Amino acid sequence: MSQDNLQLSRKRPDFAAIAAWIPKGASVLDLGCGDGSLLRYLKETRAVTGYGVEISDLNIASCIGNGVNVIQNDLNAGLADFENNSFDYVLLSQTLQATRHTEALIQEMLRVGREGIVSFPNFGYWRNRFKILFGNMPVSKDLPYQWYDTPNVHLCTLKDFETFCADHHVAVLDRRVMTGEGEVKFLPNLLGSTAVYRFQRGI
Amino acid sequence: MSSYELVYETYGSLNADKSNAILICHALSGNHHVAGYYADAPENLGWWDSMVGPGKPIDTEKFFVIGVNNLGGCHGSTGPSTINPETGQAYGASFPLVTVEDWVESQARLADQLGIEQFAAVIGGSLGGMQALQWSLAYPDRVRHVFAIAAAPRLTAQNIAFNDVARNAILTDPDFYGGDFYQHGVVPTRGLRLARMLGHITYLSDDAMADKFGRELRSGSFKYSYDIEFEIESYLRYQGDKFAAYFDANTYLLMTKALDYFDPAHDFGGDLNKAFSHAKADFLVVSFTTDWRFSPTRSREIVRPLLHNKLNVSYAEITSNHGHDSFLMKDSYYFEVMRTYLDKVASEFGKGQLPAKEAEK
Repeated sequence: MSQDNLQLSRKRPDFAAIAAWIPKGASVLDLGCGDGSLLRYLKETRAVTGYGVEISDLNIASCIGNGVNVIQNDLNAGLADFENNSFDYVLLSQTLQATRHTEALIQEMLRVGREGIVSFPNFGYWRNRFKILFGNMPVSKDLPYQWYDTPNVHLCTLKDFETFCADHHVAVLDRRVMTGEGEVKFLPNLLGSTAVYRFQRGI
Repeated sequence: MSSYELVYETYGSLNADKSNAILICHALSGNHHVAGYYADAPENLGWWDSMVGPGKPIDTEKFFVIGVNNLGGCHGSTGPSTINPETGQAYGASFPLVTVEDWVESQARLADQLGIEQFAAVIGGSLGGMQALQWSLAYPDRVRHVFAIAAAPRLTAQNIAFNDVARNAILTDPDFYGGDFYQHGVVPTRGLRLARMLGHITYLSDDAMADKFGRELRSGSFKYSYDIEFEIESYLRYQGDKFAAYFDANTYLLMTKALDYFDPAHDFGGDLNKAFSHAKADFLVVSFTTDWRFSPTRSREIVRPLLHNKLNVSYAEITSNHGHDSFLMKDSYYFEVMRTYLDKVASEFGKGQLPAKEAEK
């Protein structure tokens, strides 16, 4: 792993968790791909092919600079440009909580991809609960916004997400809960700040 | 035709392994004069001078850039107004209809002449974008990157309709003489200027026109006549007159026909996915939000078959107020996307590698 990638995986521990699940040479669609660093990381460490989808002008040129394919599109308008089962993995990294039509988007992910991977900040993390207990909305490294300027309209806890999956015929295949770089196995919904899930269409 | 000539301009220097060449394809009224100006005509700036030049997004310090006037044009390449050596008269109506495929074919011959086996990029806006796409289909091994800017894979009925109205304006002008007006010493000026006025309306956005002209009157009050009253009328007539003074009516007809005919899926049962199955290039597709002549939806029709064929493609939708003309305008986001992509293209033939001086033209 290059020095750059090592630093990146420390800054964004969910990247390493996602990469660990993706076999070499897989095809990947990264929704809300930001500046393209995850895709670049996966290209360099996993030799993946694929595309990012991003809405922000500021990020499009960065993606191109990172050498990744990017399609400028609003996720809330759906994934109509992408065909059924055209990717091995569809990723939604730290974006789930900011999507408007979250329910429809998860279904779209499983339409265009064989498997979906999402990472999101766990709203049930004890520090968040603590802030609310004392009367304030949580503001932290994982949730760096004030209540009035946050793009996060659909925050959830691990428990909420798993209930959602069960109710929507989404089969969870794998889960990794982390606080910083460390994996959390004990009381994850309380002690984990970030969650990464891998899932497919359930029966 | 037994022979033809193409006029072209080059900027920058071809490197030793001839890997830094970029071809710029022009749109309906463009030509080979893409950037800069001539010593004896400092006011005649190239049509894409904001984009092409030293230190500009299409950087002529890194790339060897070629601008060519398409076959059938009226800026020096053989076209309907050229004298046919066999008859001593202008080709006029006898000039054959040429297609986008023909243009690409003739551009490939030019590349052969210049010893360029493979272009680093072929770049075009509007009709130029169609030529760039055609390059990836006709010569998949001769182009590494294709830029389709404010383009479409094929025209819609509405677009063909606009072209047909423009053509009818020319065809029904009494001074057209079936295309052989040269012998009569006249030019179908009325038709040409109507065609250009109509075209201009479709190149601008509703908002841009409202911003620029609104309901402004030239004299401040209604005259209740058919003379020029609103500023927009004045602008359109001026643009029409300017265009009719230099552009060839037959070239206009032929260029719009080439637009109408272009459909890469024609031989594939209408299936663009199949049409692009042989393409190998990487693509940059760019559209502009207020462009309704070649709307973002049309650009997405280009992107989809590229995704289907798992080709490398990036797509940027630029928020711009200038309609179809946006592709010719300076815009920081648009230019940043172009520059960043082209920096990547340049890095493929060696970072900081200076073009070979001995190849300088």
